[in-house]
This record gives sequence, C-alpha cells and structure tokens, in this order.
Amino acid sequence: MSTILEPSKVTPFRQVLDPTGKVVNPDLLPDLKDEDLRELMRRMVFIRVMDQRAIKLTRQGRLGFYAPVAGQEASMIGSEYATNRDDFILPGYRDIPQLLFHGWPMYQWILFSRGHQHGSDMPKDTHFLMPQIIIGAQYVQTAGTALAFKLKGEKRVAITYTGDGGTSQGDFYEGINFAGAFHVPAVFIVQNNQFAISVPVQLQTAAETLAQKAVAAGIPGVQVDGNDILAVYAVVKEAVDRARAGGGPTLIEAVTFRFGPHTMSGDDPTRYRTKELEGEWEQKDPLVRFRSYLQAKDLWSDKDEEAAMEESKEAFNDALKKADATPKMTIPGLIDSMFEVLPDSLKAQRAEYSDKEEA
Amino acid sequence: MAQMTMIQAITNALDLELARDNNILVFGEDVGQNGGVFRATDGLQKKYGKDRVFDTPLAESGIAGLAVGLAMQGMRPVAEIQFFGFVFEAMDEIAGQATRMRYRTNGRFSCPLVIRSPFGGGVKTPEMHADSLEGLFLQTPGCRVVIPSNPYDAKGLLISAIRDNDPVIFLEHMKLYRSMRMEVPDEAYTVPLDKANVVREGSDLTVIAYGAMVHTALKAADELEKTKGVKAEVIDLRSINPIDIDTIVASIKKTHRAVVVQEAQRSAGVAAEVIAQINEHAIYHLEGPVLRITPPDTVYPFAMIEDEWIPTPQRVLAGLDKALSL
Repeated sequence: MSTILEPSKVTPFRQVLDPTGKVVNPDLLPDLKDEDLRELMRRMVFIRVMDQRAIKLTRQGRLGFYAPVAGQEASMIGSEYATNRDDFILPGYRDIPQLLFHGWPMYQWILFSRGHQHGSDMPKDTHFLMPQIIIGAQYVQTAGTALAFKLKGEKRVAITYTGDGGTSQGDFYEGINFAGAFHVPAVFIVQNNQFAISVPVQLQTAAETLAQKAVAAGIPGVQVDGNDILAVYAVVKEAVDRARAGGGPTLIEAVTFRFGPHTMSGDDPTRYRTKELEGEWEQKDPLVRFRSYLQAKDLWSDKDEEAAMEESKEAFNDALKKADATPKMTIPGLIDSMFEVLPDSLKAQRAEYSDKEEA
Repeated sequence: MAQMTMIQAITNALDLELARDNNILVFGEDVGQNGGVFRATDGLQKKYGKDRVFDTPLAESGIAGLAVGLAMQGMRPVAEIQFFGFVFEAMDEIAGQATRMRYRTNGRFSCPLVIRSPFGGGVKTPEMHADSLEGLFLQTPGCRVVIPSNPYDAKGLLISAIRDNDPVIFLEHMKLYRSMRMEVPDEAYTVPLDKANVVREGSDLTVIAYGAMVHTALKAADELEKTKGVKAEVIDLRSINPIDIDTIVASIKKTHRAVVVQEAQRSAGVAAEVIAQINEHAIYHLEGPVLRITPPDTVYPFAMIEDEWIPTPQRVLAGLDKALSL
C-alpha cells in the first residue's frame, strides 16, 4: 500500500531533564550560570506560592478574574527568562508570571484582575501588552509587532503565547503564516496544557503535535517538554536569538499541564479529567524536577526554598496594599481614554457624569 | 490644481503622505506590484519601495492584526481591505482590538491606523463586495468612520484620517471612483473628520445623505425644485461616526423638515442614529416626522436587481414629497 498520504511526525521533541531531575540530553544543556539556575528556581517557587494565594483571594472576592498557573511554571518562567527586557510580549490570559518578571508591577496585575484600567496602563519602560482575552488575536498582532521591529531595524523580538485550544483559531494560522511570509523576528509559543477548558487536545485537532503546524507556514516548529525549565529555556533562547539575528520566526509547543481549574469562575476539572491523569502529571511537576537537579548540584537548600516562599508572600501583601489604595476608575476617565481628541458627541456624553464621580 | 477622479485623489493623498512621513505604510491584497484592484495604490510601491508599500497574504484578520501590531509600535499603517464585504473576517482585530487599545492601556499604546476599503452598490459585483456595512462601525466605540462623496473630500479626508492618532475606517464608494472629475489642489490639505458639508442650500426641507446617495439626493432635490419650486437643502455627512449633529440641527431650524437617505438597509443604521439625534436636539423645530429612504431590511441582493434595491432619484423624490405632505 502507498504511504504517500500517511501523516508523519515532523517536529522534534526536546528534553534536558527527565522527571526525576536527571540530565538526559547533556548536549542541550543551556549555558546558564549557577546564579541563573538558582534564580529560575526562586521564580518558580515565588509563582507557585503566589498562585495558591491568588486562588484563596479569588474565593474571598479580593481578586477578580484569575486563571491558575500551577503546573505551567517551567514553560512560563523558562521562556520569559530567554528574552531581553525590551523584547515585546503579547500574552494570553493565563500568562501572568511572564509579565510579572518582564516588569509588570504586581499591584497592577491585581488591579487588572479586579477590572481596573490602571492594571493595564503599563509603566513606560516596559514592553508587553496586558493579557489577551480573544484566544488567537495576539498571534496576528505579533506578526505586526515583529514587522515593526524589522522595518525600524531594531534588534528586538516579539514573543507571544496561546494554548492548545488557540491553535484551532484562524488567527493562529494567519499569525504564523504572516510572520513566515514577512520573515519577521517573532517567537510563537503554544502552551499545550492538554485541555481547552474541558476539551482535550485530541478533540482539538488530528495533528499529532501542535508544533507541526509550523510546517504549513514554512517556519521551524519544535516540541519541548514544558515541565523541564532547562529545555524550555534552551529552545526559546535559540529561537529568540535566531529571530534577533534575522533568522525569522519559530513555533514552539511546550507540552505541559495545568494542575488547577481553567479559571476561578466555577470550573470543575473533575468533570473532564481523571484522577489518574492528574496523578501522572503530578509526577512531572516542574518544581520537583528542577529542585532535584539543583539539590544534586548543591545549589538549592530548604533555606532557599523558605526564603523564596517568604519573598512571594511579602510581595503579594505589599501589592495588595497598593492595589487597595488605588482610587477607583471613573466614567469620565473611561470616556477620556477612548480617543486622543474626543468627538463633540462624546464630550456631551461625558458632561452627563457629575464632577463628583470624576473626583 | 488638476482635474482628478476620486481614485486619483486617493492615490494622490497616499503619495503625499508616504512622502511626508517614513512611518506610513500602505499594504493589503494586491496593493503592491499590481497597484490595487482599483489602482488606488498605482505606482506607489515603485516610488516608495517594498518595505513601505507591500502585498500581504490573503487574510483579512491577518491584515488588520498586522496593522494593530505595527501601529502599537509607532508605525502609521494604512491597510486596505480589498472589498468591505470581507471585513467580517477582520472584525475582531478592528472592533475587538484596534478600537480598544487606547482605552485598555489608558493611552500607553494606541492604534493610529487607517482601514481603507471599497464598498457600495451599482457596479454589478459578486456577493459580499457591495454591502454597506458602515453601521457596524457606527456601533463600535473608539473609531471614526468617514465616507467621501467626491474627489476633493476624498483626498482631504484621507489625509486627515492618516494623521489622526486613532483608528479611522475610510470607505470608498466604488461607483464614485471614476464617475466624476473635480478640481483638486496639488498640495496636501485636510478636511475635518467630524464635519458635515452642506452641498446644496435650500429653505424648505433638509435631505441628509452620505457616499453615493449624496448624488442621488441632489438629483432628487433638483427635480423637486424644477417641478414644484420646493428648495431642498442637502447635507453630505462625510463622517458617520461621529455624526455632525450641529450642522443638521442648524439646517432643520431653517427648513423644519428632514429626510435621511442611505444605501444601507433600513434598521439600526446611520439613518436611525441621525433621526435619534434629531429627536434629542431639534424635535421642537420639526413640522413633521423625519423619514428614512433606504433599501428594505434584506441582504444586499444579487446584481440583477441591485439598481432597484438601492434608492433611486425617483424613490427619493417620492420620499421627499411624502415628507412635505405630513
């Protein structure tokens, strides 16, 4: 029988550490100093603690919209660590950790979660958008952002994120296709956490991997163990460096799993995934794996762990205080932010709201 | 001064603006080598290079999203949607993204972009080319929508649109592209994005229109004066978002009667909004109800009956007669 029509796996899978923290691919070990390795661990612990706290605060009504991140720390933190500060991130709605380490003040994230405009009024010296709610919209914007860098001759890269569900969007294809056609400095990351809310990736596509979707766009695609922070860093670093050097865009699929629910708005994972599956992924916890690796190298102690946890708690407390002290946004303020120059009709509507509300 | 068609005036505006500011980019399907399917960008790629005037892959959301990304990083994109009926493909990037960027980021980022697009009926296109979809963007906060009715306005409005720091939808009626020539100044000039234009003075009735319907309304007004001695004032809105209600009210204070003519189907569109605003600002100056002369609430028809579907001078005239009798 002819095999011409048989689909085949066309993208590589990258892993550096196995789930026990043992190096299985020494050739791929990234060139990171001990201090960088410790920093990666510190950030993962910081985020794991922050996530637990955010979940509690959401239940208490002190946070608004929140999509838990536990389980995905390696793909989030490892990928962001591979970027430069002036590289531009176009995140999906779950990608809070990357933004926090790319310069988003934590209190502004809290305000964003609560639905306050100041949350996404990013500080002047930072380079990212607030989380995107439409699943594929940021992919096409990334092509445009990267084209701007290319046309201006800036050595910057646009990095974007979506999930497994996002790869079904038309904008996903349009984004990677435009980026390929214009050969722009962009890195497209898919965090495949196995479920788009409740729909498993197997129902999302007949494609064996999500990375292979790069083939149709004519750009490199690679699948990486998204729970292996060293592999994520290595793959993203290479893609970012290549993009910066004029080598064009890359699609990266980070294979991972979210331990918690989709969001804190009533999602119940027991309706769509088994305890067995959750147990399998707990064995691949990105923190456990990297901690074992560092401990074997004598680079991480219980004291370090406690310090990182404490730091996270304190940062969250300070951020909450600052967020609580921020004045509420106003209707006149909202109207003013619609245009650079307000049309007369909107000026008239603005006048319908009292000065009291403005103050 | 030169005699120009509307398409020439548009090319001329793009040319002058491309020369003025290196951040201005012109792109879309077939706009590069081919100069656009209507030749609106004819010769511009040769003059300004492939980095500034270029073809894109055939995907409207990609085109609009590209414009959002570019605009956010300080470029000044002028993107073409080849026919406005295709804009549904780009709705999220325009209405969900570009128009919200300034608000979302409290001004940290904005989208100074122009979406240019041909639209309008009477030229026997296949489906999804001729539809008047401007009403969708009348309901979209955060953008301006301008629709020129002649070459002079087309050039001045397009230059204003490109220089504006917020998203502007710039709609070009296909039937007007080459139907008239007009004296157009050689140099760059602007026409304000939010001011209507009184194109025919009159004292007995106000007719409000935009795009190709301005010319239909003018024909009906001429006929009305010839046959009945009734003098209709005709207002060309030029911008449908925002609507220049002051110019409309000033006219109604003089005429006390009004009719709105539009090429879009009847409900919840520009005519409805104009009438709502007249109700708010000028109801006590009216001697009768404000009527709308529009096609019925159907999809845009296949070409064979489009000329009957679009308001004709005869239908407008009948509408004006009716408004005068109420």
